[in-house]
Formats: sequence, C-alpha cells, structure tokens
Amino acid sequence: MRTDISRKKIRNAFVEKVEELSGQNLLACYQCGKCSAGCPQADRMDLLPNQVIRLAQLGEQEDLFNCRTIWVCASCMTCNVRCPKGIKIAEVMEAIRQIMLRKRKDHILIEKLSAEERESVPPIALISSFRKSTS
Amino acid sequence: MKTIAYYPGCTLKNTAKNFEDSALCALDRLGYEAKELARWNCCGTVFSLATDDLMHHVAPIRNLVRAKEAGSDTILTLCAMCYNTLKRANERVKNDAESLEKINNFMDTETVKYAGDVRVLHLLEILRDELTFPVLAGKVVKKPNGLKVANYYGCLLVRPKSVGLDDQENPIVLEDLMTALGIESVEFPYKTECCGAYQTVDEPKAVADRTYRILSSARRQGADLVTVSCPLCAFNLDQRQKQAALLFADFEPLPVVYFTQLLALGLGCPEDRMRFDLHYVDPRPVLKKKGVL
Ligand code: SF4
Ligand code: SF4
Repeated sequence: MRTDISRKKIRNAFVEKVEELSGQNLLACYQCGKCSAGCPQADRMDLLPNQVIRLAQLGEQEDLFNCRTIWVCASCMTCNVRCPKGIKIAEVMEAIRQIMLRKRKDHILIEKLSAEERESVPPIALISSFRKSTS
Repeated sequence: MKTIAYYPGCTLKNTAKNFEDSALCALDRLGYEAKELARWNCCGTVFSLATDDLMHHVAPIRNLVRAKEAGSDTILTLCAMCYNTLKRANERVKNDAESLEKINNFMDTETVKYAGDVRVLHLLEILRDELTFPVLAGKVVKKPNGLKVANYYGCLLVRPKSVGLDDQENPIVLEDLMTALGIESVEFPYKTECCGAYQTVDEPKAVADRTYRILSSARRQGADLVTVSCPLCAFNLDQRQKQAALLFADFEPLPVVYFTQLLALGLGCPEDRMRFDLHYVDPRPVLKKKGVL
C-alpha cells in the first residue's frame, strides 16, 4: 500500500477529531502489534487494529472510512487491556465509526433486515447492533 | 428476607427468561427478595465510548434515578451487558461533575436529581462479597456427581478494569462459585474471548465460527456444559450452534446454561423454574446423568 506522509496530514482535522472523540493520544502508539495479536476478530479484518492506529496517526481518513475493520471490531476491549502504552484502541474504533455515523453513513440498514432476521435474534442483539452500526 | 432493588433489562423478560426465573428462585432460597423497579427502561446495552456522547448515558442513569425513587442505594443486575452499561455510566458521572449536571439537565422532568449515589451490583458480587461462598456452600442441598463445566465470562463482566468484577483476563469468580456448588471447573483458555456479540445480527456465520472455536475448546478441556452470564453470549453460544453444525463437519453440540440455573438447582429450586424449553441444545440429559435433575 502506497502512503504519502506529510506534516499537514499528520495534524489534520480528522486526526484531531479522532483524538477528541476517543480521548486518546494516537502518537503514543509505537506499533508493537500487541493489539492485533490478541484481537479475536482480526481474521475478518482488512486492516489490523495496529494498522488502524497507524493510519489514524498519519491522517489517512479515506482508508479508514472505507475499511471493514471498524465495523468488525466488537468492542471486546481485549486490545485495551493489553496495549503497553495504555491506548484504548476500542475507543479509537468507536471514534471513527462515530465520524461516519454522524454523517448518516449507517453500516446496517434496518429496513433491509428481513422480518425473519429481526425476529430470530433477541432484543439485546438488535439494540446493541443498532447502537453500534446506525446513527 | 433482605430486599434489594432489581433491574432486569429487556432480554431477561424475553429470550432469557431462564436466566431471570432461575436467579430469582435462587435469591429467594438465599434469603433475598429481588424487588423489580416499578418502572425501568432499556439501558442501551452498550456503553457509549465516544467522549462527547452524553445523550446515550441518559438511559442508564435514568434507571439509577428509578432506584433512588424506590428508596434504594443499590441496584441488582443479572445481565452482564446491563451491569456494564449501568455501572460504567455511573462511574462516568461520578467522576465528572460537568457530565452529571448536563445529564440531570437533560432529565429535567425527573423529580429526583441524580448525584452518583447508587451502587450497581451484579449477582455474582452479592454471592461472593456479601453472602460469601463458604456460607453459600452450606446451603447447597443437591450436589452433582462429577459434573464438569467450562465457565465463559465473555467481555463485559470483566472489562474495563474500572467496572469489571474480577481480573480482566483470568477471572475466577465463577470457578469459585462452582466449587461451592460441588461442580468441577475445567481450565478454559477461551473464557474471556469475545463471542462476536451483536454481530450475530448482520454476520451470523462469523459468530457461528466463534461459537465453534469457543465450544470446541470447552469440549477439548473435558467440559459437560458451558456456563454463561450474558443473554447475548448465551444466544450466540447456544442458538448459533445450529449454524456451527452446518459450517463445521466435526462440530459436536454442547449445552450452554446460565450460572444461575446451576445455582438454583443446587439450592433445590424446582425444574420448571429453569425454563429449559428456551435452550437450543437441551442440557437436561447431561444434568440427569450427573444427578442434578
Ligand atoms: S498495542 Fe498499543 S502500542 Fe502496540 S500497536 Fe497496538 S495501539 Fe500501538
Ligand atoms: S476491541 Fe475491537 S480491535 Fe480491540 S481486540 Fe476487541 S475486536 Fe479487536
């Protein structure tokens, strides 16, 4: 993957927004990869959690807006527990999801779920799914 | 009888009736009356992780206001997701006066102002810290014969540390409870590995894959059953076995029960309070074989 790095991008408005919404200092990450090593959802991700952090540091918003990873992350908090730098990766994922959802770019379209899909799962599944993936 | 204000949450009135009924019967046998709040609302199921998203903390905090209206300074939860959401929202407003004030302003029609003064408790905390396991062990009337379980905690009972009720990656409270009930717990490396949670809605196959891995590990460790404390984990680990069986030729079904069902049976509660009809994989054959039923 080709990435152009520039000082302007590293401190762009997107990076600031992610840091604000997540409450995290992205530049604290030194890319050890521990978050990705223990992520139970990693095998379904197109970007690994440490790559999400790296791209967020560099202000690569398009890659992040178009990735599957932010929706595959299940907020299990395992990475948060293990990060040696105390970065809350799950919060960074939520921040990127929120930036999308606040532009009404929903990941799940409720009206597209069939009656059977809706009825086959308990309320706790529907509510948490809609809370995470719709605006 | 000791009375405690009780917040059930939505799913305990629905697919997790087996969780609620067994827990209430067990509490009754232990001398606790769980008094359901006269009014309550959905907690939202997940704690909002975005720093500025105060709006989504209103739902959990409103339930704590209901506890205060009921004259209670504690609230009992059973569902791991409700426990996590209520407790985390509570911690947030306790540590941040500005957020608390804003949330109180959002709820300006409430007569009671919230001041961060309700304690959110999980049933496991009451059993471990208040009643204590040695006392509980003395009340057990039915001990199984060689029953082995794998205890599955999932994520939200234990993470993050500020609200978790035990170690974040190697909790032992369920193992200690099982010991008190005369049940052996196997080593279980998947005990805090996420089941895929709400992705069961849009990615049922991916969740079935998690179910396959988690249950296969429990089986390899020699477990007869898996215990859970979350209705979403229960749904994924039990009901998604249907898909797991279609996806993996070597998958063998394994019953999944709430820890409260084993607790209630140990305390002599009748079988009809266990609502085994709600399970996909019927735990009755193995429970009968091991002398619990
Ligand atoms: S564990 Fe922490 S420091 Fe290591 S790559 Fe992940 S976010 Fe960066
Ligand atoms: S919170 Fe998300 S990124 Fe972190 S370990 Fe869990 S699924 Fe992976």
